[in-house]
Amino acid sequence: MDTLIENWIARVAQAAGVGGRLAIRGGGSKDFYGGPQRGEVLEVGGLRGIVAYEPTELVVTVRAGTPLAELAGTLAGKGQWLAFEPPHCGPAATVGGMLASGLSGPRRQAVGALRDFVLGVKLLDGRGEVLSFGGQVMKNVAGYDVPRLIAGSLGTLGIVLEVSLKVLPQPVAEKSLRFAFDEASALRRLNEWGGRPLPISASAWHDGVLTLRLSGAAAAVAAAQRKLAGDLLDDAEAATFWVSIREQQHAFFAGEEPLWRLGLPSVAEPQGLGPTLIEWGGAQRWLRGGDAAEIRAAAAKAGGHATLFRGDDALKVSVGVFQPLSGSLARIHRNLKQAFDPQGVFNPGRMYPDL
Amino acid sequence: MSMENTIADRRFTLDRAELIRRLRALLPAHALLAEEEDMRPYDCDGLTAYRQLPLLVALPESEAQVQGILKVCHELQAPVVARGAATGLSGGATPHPDGVLMSLAKLKRIVSVDPVSRSAVVQPGVRNLAVSEAAAPYGLYYAPDPSSQIACTIGGNVAENAGGVHCLKYGLTVHNVLRIRAVTIAGEIVEFGNAALDAPGYDLLALLNGSEGLLAVITEVTVRLTPKPELAQVVIASFADVRRAGDAVASIIAAGIIPAGLEMMDRKAIHAVEPYVNAGYDMEAEAILLCESDGTPEEVAEEIGRMTAVLEESGAAGIRVSQNEAERLKFWAGRKAAFPAVGRLTPDYLCMDGTIPRKRLAEMLDAIAVLSTKYALRCANVFHAGDGNLHPLIMYDANQAGELERAAAFGAEILELSVRFGGTITGEHGVGIEKIMLMAEQFTIAEIDAFHRVKAAFDERGLLNPGKGVPTLARCREYTQARVGSVATLPRL
Repeated sequence: MDTLIENWIARVAQAAGVGGRLAIRGGGSKDFYGGPQRGEVLEVGGLRGIVAYEPTELVVTVRAGTPLAELAGTLAGKGQWLAFEPPHCGPAATVGGMLASGLSGPRRQAVGALRDFVLGVKLLDGRGEVLSFGGQVMKNVAGYDVPRLIAGSLGTLGIVLEVSLKVLPQPVAEKSLRFAFDEASALRRLNEWGGRPLPISASAWHDGVLTLRLSGAAAAVAAAQRKLAGDLLDDAEAATFWVSIREQQHAFFAGEEPLWRLGLPSVAEPQGLGPTLIEWGGAQRWLRGGDAAEIRAAAAKAGGHATLFRGDDALKVSVGVFQPLSGSLARIHRNLKQAFDPQGVFNPGRMYPDL
Repeated sequence: MSMENTIADRRFTLDRAELIRRLRALLPAHALLAEEEDMRPYDCDGLTAYRQLPLLVALPESEAQVQGILKVCHELQAPVVARGAATGLSGGATPHPDGVLMSLAKLKRIVSVDPVSRSAVVQPGVRNLAVSEAAAPYGLYYAPDPSSQIACTIGGNVAENAGGVHCLKYGLTVHNVLRIRAVTIAGEIVEFGNAALDAPGYDLLALLNGSEGLLAVITEVTVRLTPKPELAQVVIASFADVRRAGDAVASIIAAGIIPAGLEMMDRKAIHAVEPYVNAGYDMEAEAILLCESDGTPEEVAEEIGRMTAVLEESGAAGIRVSQNEAERLKFWAGRKAAFPAVGRLTPDYLCMDGTIPRKRLAEMLDAIAVLSTKYALRCANVFHAGDGNLHPLIMYDANQAGELERAAAFGAEILELSVRFGGTITGEHGVGIEKIMLMAEQFTIAEIDAFHRVKAAFDERGLLNPGKGVPTLARCREYTQARVGSVATLPRL
């Protein structure tokens, strides 16, 4: 076995024995996300490299410390990519951090989330065992779907060593259109369009302007462009714009005000909670500032949930990063944490205070 | 080892009269079956080689009744097996001799269809196809389409994470379910997921999909509806050589095409199907590929052109493109009827479900041909070629001494090869009891143990569908020891 992994097994065993805590860290690009980190930092970025990549299988297996940019480059060389357009949040981003954070980018509304592309995971759990779940094939129902459970678990269940992901060919054509709509009209249009077979791959509304991206076969994109009208964006400008949404470099995200992410049914009414940027056809809404209790109540009432995506530690501790879970769900969470990390070694409090 | 042994690895001692008395207090008289002749229709699922009478059959008509039954069973420590339409092929719904078989067939209401949010809320006993039918007036449909979609139910689809012929492009059940409402064995109602695209905490929604009724009993599901493409067309390519057909599959993907469906049938399957449904398949071919494109008319024209070019370059002997919707459905009818068509040729058959990397397709077909000779049993091959999911149909006659055992051994060798090729023992049919011992082929003892801990996180006493899906550690050790020095040690029937 890799000496790095052997060292980590020893570190985990040592921590588990003395009630120690480890804060797992890949590139550190997502340090801002989740509850304040506690415990001794365990650097895991050293486990790098693409283990297997065959474009005709549409699958890549990659070690968790591999820089996300490196993986993206390799895939692009074969005309493929991670279709869920993961946010990097900085040049140091690793594949493991991407998986642990579970975040998806603008294309999520069209192709699915990160978890939809996870096929297999190799994990070092809190008992010091190296475990493989899932595999390298598209369809696999042997055993519980632990790989998707690990996606977005913020390192609370173990150290991800290796991941197998489904990859897809990049679309042949892409165009972005712009429309002037108020929030309610934009939401109405997005839901109408969502019910039609249109190749919409991303949407972003802010401050009276809706930007729409079309992706697919050249003929399909051209046909949709004619149907939807709207003002065509210059290709370079469009590319920059979508990166700015994915990476939160857009002006909306600037400044120190807390940033809230609301996951709502796409049909939820405008929430009237403050400055808003809407993505995913209405299903992801970003908010700046506001009262935590009011935001959480509004999100729950609309049938969704609210995450304190960026904020200072004091606020995170006082209101919690993620929407609180019901009693029975919380208990299942604690039981699963216990199943993979019985001594509570990994990333305590990164997701919920008691996990 | 026998079927009775694996299901009954855990026996439960309970007072049947007491259980009946408690359940009678909850259910109308017709919703509780205790006589053998009434329970007989529930003694198996699609894996008909395995039959077992339960202690009782309960037919709840509401979530409250489901909850009540589970509370009683939890208290009395009675095992519970949930069942939908019982079309499953792996014995996931085979009853436990000491427990309650709970049919969810009466929970069959489509609660709502919302064209604006493109979602439908349905009870678990709703048939897969009924969802698409209810959504059709809005130009929407439910994408996962297992071949049993006329009969199979959404609850069962979720429990098995069912696929279908279009899942390369549109995903499996797990990709098309937004929310599951379920009852735990302790009788608590829990919601996994919601009407948004994600939920806080661990992705338990994903974990529930494909959990084979071991974690909770589903009482309601919100599914995502997909806009119906304006047009779909299918290309049929026939090949004089199986290997070329396999290579053509890889070439299509390499060309950057994700077909809406990409299916393969070998000569035996073609010869079973064609006289049965007259789908227009080439009886001279060694293999045919069905390759579908959908989207706008412009997009389909462009993609069909690209597909045809690749298929020609790959050495297809003949290529036909469906000219209208009726012809497209006719071309698909053959593929969708493959199982019953093979069923006409043989008293019994076993359907395997391994998945392998696409590049090993031709190699696997060669190996199956060798095994067919070795076991002296015929085998027709139907593949979801696009995602490497194989359905070899092993033909046998249960009335001939030893044939069932030979068929099972044949099947197990195919699945062992699937694992060795870097794949899995089951792509979409589930482990159930059929493949439970082969779990030890694919997973280490530590991994199997982790699965048991996941189960315990939901069902500490192990009452939901015991003896299914995950083998006991003792069974794993038994399997591993028996494997040493032996070619095929299999879950004999």
